[in-house]
Amino acid sequence: MGASIRQNPPVPDFRSPGTLARAVLATNVVALLAAAARAPAWDMLPGAFVELAALVEPALALALATLFLLQPWLRRLGWAALAAAVAGIAALGAWTLGVTLEPGQRALLLPSGVGAAAAWSAGAAALVLHYLYLRAKSLSPALAEARLAALTARIRPHFFFNSLNGVLGILREDPRRAETALEELAELFRAVMGDGRELATLGEEIALCRKYLDLERLRLGERLRVEWRLDDCPEDAAVPPLMLQPLLENAVYHGIEPSAEPALVTIAVRRQQDGVVIELVNPFHGSNSHHSGNRMALANVRERLALFFDLEARLDTETSEGEYRVRIRIPYRRLKR
Amino acid sequence: MNERPLRIFIVDDEAPARLRLKALAADIAQTLPNVLAGEAANGREAIERLQSAPADVVLIDIRMPQMDGIELARHLARLSPAPAIVFVTAYDQYAVSAFEVNAADYLLKPVRAARLEAALRKAATAPPPTEDALLRLSGAGRRHLASFERGRLLLVPVADILYLKAELKYVTARTCEREFLVEDPLTRLEEEFAGQFIRIHRNCLVARGAIMGFERADDAGAESHWRLLLRGFDGKLAVSRRQWPAVKGAIQEAAREPRRAS
Repeated sequence: MGASIRQNPPVPDFRSPGTLARAVLATNVVALLAAAARAPAWDMLPGAFVELAALVEPALALALATLFLLQPWLRRLGWAALAAAVAGIAALGAWTLGVTLEPGQRALLLPSGVGAAAAWSAGAAALVLHYLYLRAKSLSPALAEARLAALTARIRPHFFFNSLNGVLGILREDPRRAETALEELAELFRAVMGDGRELATLGEEIALCRKYLDLERLRLGERLRVEWRLDDCPEDAAVPPLMLQPLLENAVYHGIEPSAEPALVTIAVRRQQDGVVIELVNPFHGSNSHHSGNRMALANVRERLALFFDLEARLDTETSEGEYRVRIRIPYRRLKR
Repeated sequence: MNERPLRIFIVDDEAPARLRLKALAADIAQTLPNVLAGEAANGREAIERLQSAPADVVLIDIRMPQMDGIELARHLARLSPAPAIVFVTAYDQYAVSAFEVNAADYLLKPVRAARLEAALRKAATAPPPTEDALLRLSGAGRRHLASFERGRLLLVPVADILYLKAELKYVTARTCEREFLVEDPLTRLEEEFAGQFIRIHRNCLVARGAIMGFERADDAGAESHWRLLLRGFDGKLAVSRRQWPAVKGAIQEAAREPRRAS
């Protein structure tokens, strides 16, 4: 089986932007508190903080760079061993910096000595790690699973009942087409009722979307035009299941159904550096009373992207010149099947 | 029940949905004699065809492009005799409660034969929903105004109307091409289309998007006043002194944020 959120190591990944950002932020908060404790008056605080930051930031950068390099080894450690290793690395960072200072500077900046600075640094690192531990615990697999289960994409009743009505409509005239349609409906439901916690591949998600669009074509006929641009599509990229289908459903509901003329939905996928960009464009008809459904689907996809990819995924929307555009950027992680 | 079969007309933008209703109507013909008066894929087509092939009951899908089912029902209510209306809708909690409040009959998709028969029987005897009930149902303005000419109902797209002017008994709607007589009173039109039209005179509403500019008129003897120039229209429309501040404000606002294509 491929990666799933349940198998994610609970220890932080020191190569992920999210962890790095949080480590920098937390360390600076600790530094700010230390500066506040040192400063004799409130108006001295900025000065004290800047003075402290001049020492803390280089040590922090050194420690984070080391952690970044050692990540493949660190990820195999448990929390306790990891805490010891990180504190050691932080202390080493501070000590290295301390001994490279000229003796005069050292006496001025580190009046209590290099050893004390290293100890402070180890303490701060332990605090930051404790914060990351608490965060990982609050996002523990059980909790994340519950959130994902609750977030599992829903199929709009509007679509479901209209599709059933469409199938019933053609049942007597074209039993074979009705048969295919029911099979497609079953596939969609399997996906919707499936395990929302397992990652899927982009290829699988696209195949599902094609089935969905085929069903919509049964009702909408020539009015639904679809263009896929998949020349540069990494089919093995890991995505949250049902990442695209709810967005397509929005596109059909808001872009195609209100249009009497044939209208076009475009889905383009391309690689961009170490990420994948998926762009969905549909016509936009100014006045629409069903905006809430659209926002719900967007919020749902956005939150699931955040649970799977943390800060590395983004979802943006844009309305311009009669077009509505959704752009998703996710990191490219291969999912082996 | 009458002697002659019930004439049914079906309006739905989705072909399979029309097929389904036709099949069910045929199925219940044994117990409820009926014939298909016709079918249409949109509101315009429906109004066109219903005038040459009248029906007793019109089955109308609510969600259709360009003209939704409720607007169609509002126009059909002006035909004489007005057909009975049964709305058809897929799941929509809000719509369903609104129908119940306003005593309009409705069918849920997928439609069942027994339910269709009951609705047709009821519709054949019950009075059609009133204009006010339909107005409350839609919650949104119409996209067309109805105009009768030589006994025929014509639809004038609201987006094409430059101005609406009250004259003696009727209101005229002016488009780039010509004038149409409409039956709605000006005050009601002003309420329904407040976002699209602005009152410039006691008897005149102008489309905000059509306003091109204004000029000062100095008629000999009379007090000076302002006149509006409209896009695609040669004449000039007088603005009353009372409405001028509001009209000026609207023009300035439009100049500040370029209008999106309307």
